[in-house]
Amino acid sequence: MQPIISVKHLFKTYATGHHALKDVSLDIMEGEILALLGPNGAGKTTLISSICGIVTPSAGSVSVAGYDIITDYRKTRELIGLVPQELTLGAFDTVWNTVSFSRGLFGKKSNPEYLEQLLHDLSLIEKRDSVLMTLSGGMKRRVLIAKALAHEPQIIFLDEPTAGVDVELRKDMWRIVEKLREAGVTIILTTHYIEEAEEIADRVGVINDGMLLLVDDKKSLMHDLGKKQLEIELKGTIEQLPESLSEWDLVLSDDGGQLTYTYDTQARSTGITALLQAISDAGLSLKDLKSKQSSLEEIFVNLVNLDS
Amino acid sequence: MNYHAVKVIYKFEMLRAWHTLLQTIASPVISTSLYFVVFGSAIGSRIQEVEGVSYGAFIVPGLIMLSLLTQSISNASFGIYFPRFTGTIYEVLSAPISFFEILLGYVGAAATKSLIIGSIILLTAGLFVDLTIAHPFWMLAFLILTCISFSLLGFIIGIWADSFEKLQLIPLLVITPLVFLGGSFYSVSMLPPAWQTVTLFNPVLYLISGFRWSFFEVSDVSVGLSLFMILLFLGLCMGIVWWMFKTGYRLKQ
Ligand SMILES: Nc1ncnc2c1ncn2[C@@H]1O[C@H](COP(=O)(O)OP(=O)(O)OP(=O)(O)O)[C@@H](O)[C@H]1O
Ligand SMILES: [Mg+2]
Repeated sequence: MQPIISVKHLFKTYATGHHALKDVSLDIMEGEILALLGPNGAGKTTLISSICGIVTPSAGSVSVAGYDIITDYRKTRELIGLVPQELTLGAFDTVWNTVSFSRGLFGKKSNPEYLEQLLHDLSLIEKRDSVLMTLSGGMKRRVLIAKALAHEPQIIFLDEPTAGVDVELRKDMWRIVEKLREAGVTIILTTHYIEEAEEIADRVGVINDGMLLLVDDKKSLMHDLGKKQLEIELKGTIEQLPESLSEWDLVLSDDGGQLTYTYDTQARSTGITALLQAISDAGLSLKDLKSKQSSLEEIFVNLVNLDS
Repeated sequence: MNYHAVKVIYKFEMLRAWHTLLQTIASPVISTSLYFVVFGSAIGSRIQEVEGVSYGAFIVPGLIMLSLLTQSISNASFGIYFPRFTGTIYEVLSAPISFFEILLGYVGAAATKSLIIGSIILLTAGLFVDLTIAHPFWMLAFLILTCISFSLLGFIIGIWADSFEKLQLIPLLVITPLVFLGGSFYSVSMLPPAWQTVTLFNPVLYLISGFRWSFFEVSDVSVGLSLFMILLFLGLCMGIVWWMFKTGYRLKQ
């Protein structure tokens, strides 16, 4: 598959001297859902804003569908819709007017049928003549999505679409995302919720302090996630693993007092019963057992901590 | 060229005036009438004629300019400042639209609005005094050029301002005094010679003088010079806007 967005060695230093992006390179594939995870101030919004033309990169390049975002900005921007993180909406316009405005702004001639369908899909149709400032926060977020989709973009950026949104709306949001994906739209979203990334994304990128720490298939992350560890504390210590236990995925601690067994929770059998039997057969006695799971959250926190 | 974008920006900006239609029309009508009552009747009854033109008629071009300048600036500056202030500017910045097209939409709408206001004032003035327009074409040309130039200036102010105070600062502290001192209500020849020289440094003088010439064929400075000055001012504003867009000044980080 061809990348639809290709970010190469992107740097951004704000006027304050803050380095918000440090050498970020990233390929985004057509039709995929990419989740960008990262703590506050990591640079997620800066990355998105750079691709959309709101922030001028300090160095590096971005191409969208093969076009450079600076020299061919008309072609690249036509393809992109952006739902900003903040609820930035006018106050006095109606829903219908603001959505029509967005469509025209992106160079599309008016198409009331399409916009009506869009408002319908977003459960906004009854609010079409409402004045924006009379809408609730959740409704405003829907309007922002409608605005971003008004020109039928092929790529959509959702900057924290579910921040401050109730469960109902969040589910709606994922339904919308699912529908867009079915229509072949490439979706890039940022979030703080790891479960969200897990549930919806094809790939996950972790960004911290302006650096992209990893971009990986969710499946391979899930694979790590699916691993569990059993810590077995022994009475006394041993020099080395008994020969009879060599077939198990076991690691002996440096002090010789603890064994760590890594196993796959998704496998048909974990082998724990057999292992415990084997340990006892080898003449070792147990003091304590502890099992723990490395969650994506943990992977994420580890990555971020390691980095800083 | 993204015509659709220019169209929606223009339409959107015009719609804003439509919402405040009463204010848009009533305020110039009322203020013009007041000026006529105060200047035309109270002062005019003593001055009678200036350079062969009745005082009431003489102040009409100045009056129009006064409103035109302040309206152009406030319309255009507010038009671009408000989306910056609320953050909705992100959409314009991320749209497939050139800076020239942005300018066309915002400044075009602001200039149109002041042109409409200028016409309303002219019509209102016609109710109070007999008006003859010697050079309708040049009258219109001066009117339009002024609307465009000062809408551009307003646009610049709207990008430069980072608070509502600053937005009001220039119209209040710079433009209004310049208009009043630029011969709106008197002929420069009525001033002592030293002040006449000082006045020549006031750019608004050239505007009013040229505009007044198109009505009555009387002017403080030559018409060519007036035209040259207004075109110079237009060019200057264009240059500043071009630089602002090129550097992303206060629009893009
Ligand atoms: N206009 C600006 N001027 C100076 N610094 C900025 C500006 N915008 C963002 N920053 C800084 O750049 C860094 C990255 O900000 P950014 O908004 O991209 O983070 P983020 O990952 O989107 O965070 P969040 O999860 O809170 O939305 C932050 O340290 C922020 O303070
Ligand atoms: Mg952000």
